[in-house]
Amino acid sequence: MKMFVCIKRVPDTSEADVKIDQTGKSVDSSRFSFGINDADNYAVEEAVLIKEARGGEIKFLCIGPKDSDVVIRMSLAKGGESAVRIEDPRINQKDPLQVAKVLAAAIKREQFDLVMTGCMSADDSNMSVGVALAEELGVSHAAMVKSVEILDGKIKVKRELEGGLTEVVEMSLPAVITIQTGINVPRYAPVRGIREAQKKELKVLKLEDLGLAEEEVSEAGSRVELMKLYIPVVASNAEMIQGTPDEKAEIMAVKMVKGGLL
Amino acid sequence: MGDIFVLAEHRRGELREVSLEMLAAASSVAPQLGGKITAILLGSGVNSFAEKLAGYSDKVLYVDDPLFAEYNSEKYQLALSDLISRYQPELVMVPHTTQGVDMAPALAVELKMPFVADVAGLSFEGGKLQPVRTYYQGKINADFAFKGKPPYLITVRESSFSAGDPSKQGTVEKIASPLKEDIQYRKFVEYIEAVVGDVDISQAEILVAIGRGLREEKNLSMIEDLAKSINAVIAGSRAAIDAGWLPHDRQVGTSGKNVKPKVYIAIGISGAFQHLAGMKAAKTIIAINKDPNAPIFTVADYAIVDDLFKVVPKLTEKLKELRA
Ligand SMILES: Cc1cc2nc3c(=O)[nH]c(=O)nc-3n(C[C@H](O)[C@H](O)[C@H](O)COP(=O)(O)OP(=O)(O)OC[C@H]3O[C@@H](n4cnc5c(N)ncnc54)[C@H](O)[C@@H]3O)c2cc1C
Ligand SMILES: Nc1ncnc2c1ncn2[C@@H]1O[C@H](COP(=O)(O)O)[C@@H](O)[C@H]1O
Repeated sequence: MKMFVCIKRVPDTSEADVKIDQTGKSVDSSRFSFGINDADNYAVEEAVLIKEARGGEIKFLCIGPKDSDVVIRMSLAKGGESAVRIEDPRINQKDPLQVAKVLAAAIKREQFDLVMTGCMSADDSNMSVGVALAEELGVSHAAMVKSVEILDGKIKVKRELEGGLTEVVEMSLPAVITIQTGINVPRYAPVRGIREAQKKELKVLKLEDLGLAEEEVSEAGSRVELMKLYIPVVASNAEMIQGTPDEKAEIMAVKMVKGGLL
Repeated sequence: MGDIFVLAEHRRGELREVSLEMLAAASSVAPQLGGKITAILLGSGVNSFAEKLAGYSDKVLYVDDPLFAEYNSEKYQLALSDLISRYQPELVMVPHTTQGVDMAPALAVELKMPFVADVAGLSFEGGKLQPVRTYYQGKINADFAFKGKPPYLITVRESSFSAGDPSKQGTVEKIASPLKEDIQYRKFVEYIEAVVGDVDISQAEILVAIGRGLREEKNLSMIEDLAKSINAVIAGSRAAIDAGWLPHDRQVGTSGKNVKPKVYIAIGISGAFQHLAGMKAAKTIIAINKDPNAPIFTVADYAIVDDLFKVVPKLTEKLKELRA
């Protein structure tokens, strides 16, 4: 089983103040903390579980700056043989179809059985790269996968649908699946693995190495254009509870009990 | 020219609401685009859905074929690709659901369509359609423009447009199935129902819901105290369920349950749209979050911007006191 797992380094913006930079088209990321995309972390674990059960080989793929090496090495520490990082400022990362094209170019050069991506990136949340990648590679796919069973030349997956419903789908290999969070319990990288990961192969490639022309993957070559970013007008009708934490708690408790909310 | 295609979504004998929401969105931009609205329906035994969709569109094109009984991305892509190439609409809308996102990006690649995912709004700038979407889980909005030739493709976020009332009487046209025989690569096997647990959160009157902000499982005891003080049931965001703090049937949101309690207390939940979709119908929403920009506050009735670890214990204490 030759597997590719696509991993992305993303900022943790759940508590951060997100500010738009002077270009008006990107955000100021200087103060963010970064880590592996949540869903990708589950994809890494799933690949390692498959390899442990059936043997095989895992290669990680990441488009991103040098800083991404931290998440790549962390994934290599859990398992996997090698990684490829594609770093090229000409790549338009805001277009999921172009991202998919770059990833496909890296995968196509080799033989593969299974490609995994996360089902969604936390920052861009296109939920598109994996499915577009499958089309670029000309293979079957299934999105939102919550369970994987490898059969002979085939794969049986459970897709998580709305309302907790599950759909079971069977596909022939090679295939691309997009992994949903919660599919497994991602391990922590073992200390020994972290040491070993430093010695594993991590290739850095550019467009030319992948045989891609700039206009295929650049902003100029995208079929859509990001016009502007802005902070949404928050139409909050909420009553702000003011005071110290204790005062807020007290005011709220009184409203709940005496105000008849309960 | 200027026609809009809307892919209707249905599952297990039910036409899903997002279909009507997209038709409402289509109606709002059809005058500027200067075209007609066509609902596309793929299924088996779906006559009644076709009739219903006709009330919201100018035309319904539908395939009625046992091979389309269940959703299958590869069959859907094949059928849509064929219809789009034949009719050349200006804009194609596909729901941003587990069906739509499992197919639309591949269709965009195949037909080289300008594509924007997860569209939550549509605006016009200089006479040109601009889809609006969000980044960073709702903290930033982005306006997009299409370059290049139509047809354009968008996936439309659920509940971002309100379904209208039926006001049209579109023509209904059954078309030949694009499939002669079943495809071999991807096969639908079966559906598996969600497991039923001990409590049904969708029936609870008062819900205390926790998110990743709770940090560790051991902090649950603090939440249990609060819940006990007001006879509430504990629920959670997907992050809380993925972390293993609560069983699956306690998840609120699109991939969990829709809830409509009298009171919903969201603690350490950011308010991703998948979460909001499942709880915004609650009568009263109280949100506790230290980030003043957390999207949960857009649906809250009472906002407590503070550290939950400071507020919650005191809140429990006061509630106990007042209810004693
Ligand atoms: C296909 C799909 C389906 C999904 N379905 C669902 C679904 O059904 N339900 C669902 O909930 N999600 C769903 N999600 C996931 C969703 O996108 C979010 O990732 C998830 O809701 C985030 O959970 P959260 O708010 O608990 O965590 P986060 O987004 O990490 O937010 C944590 C919050 O806690 C706050 N916080 C941290 N510490 C403190 C403190 N000490 N005091 C106060 N506040 C604090 C932070 O400011 C932050 O706002 C789905 C995603 C996908 C891709
Ligand atoms: N820059 C990137 N490098 C590697 N993988 C990526 C990158 N961007 C997106 N992906 C993969 O595509 C998935 C879905 O991303 P998206 O379509 O943007 O929501 C992610 O979970 C990753 O697995």
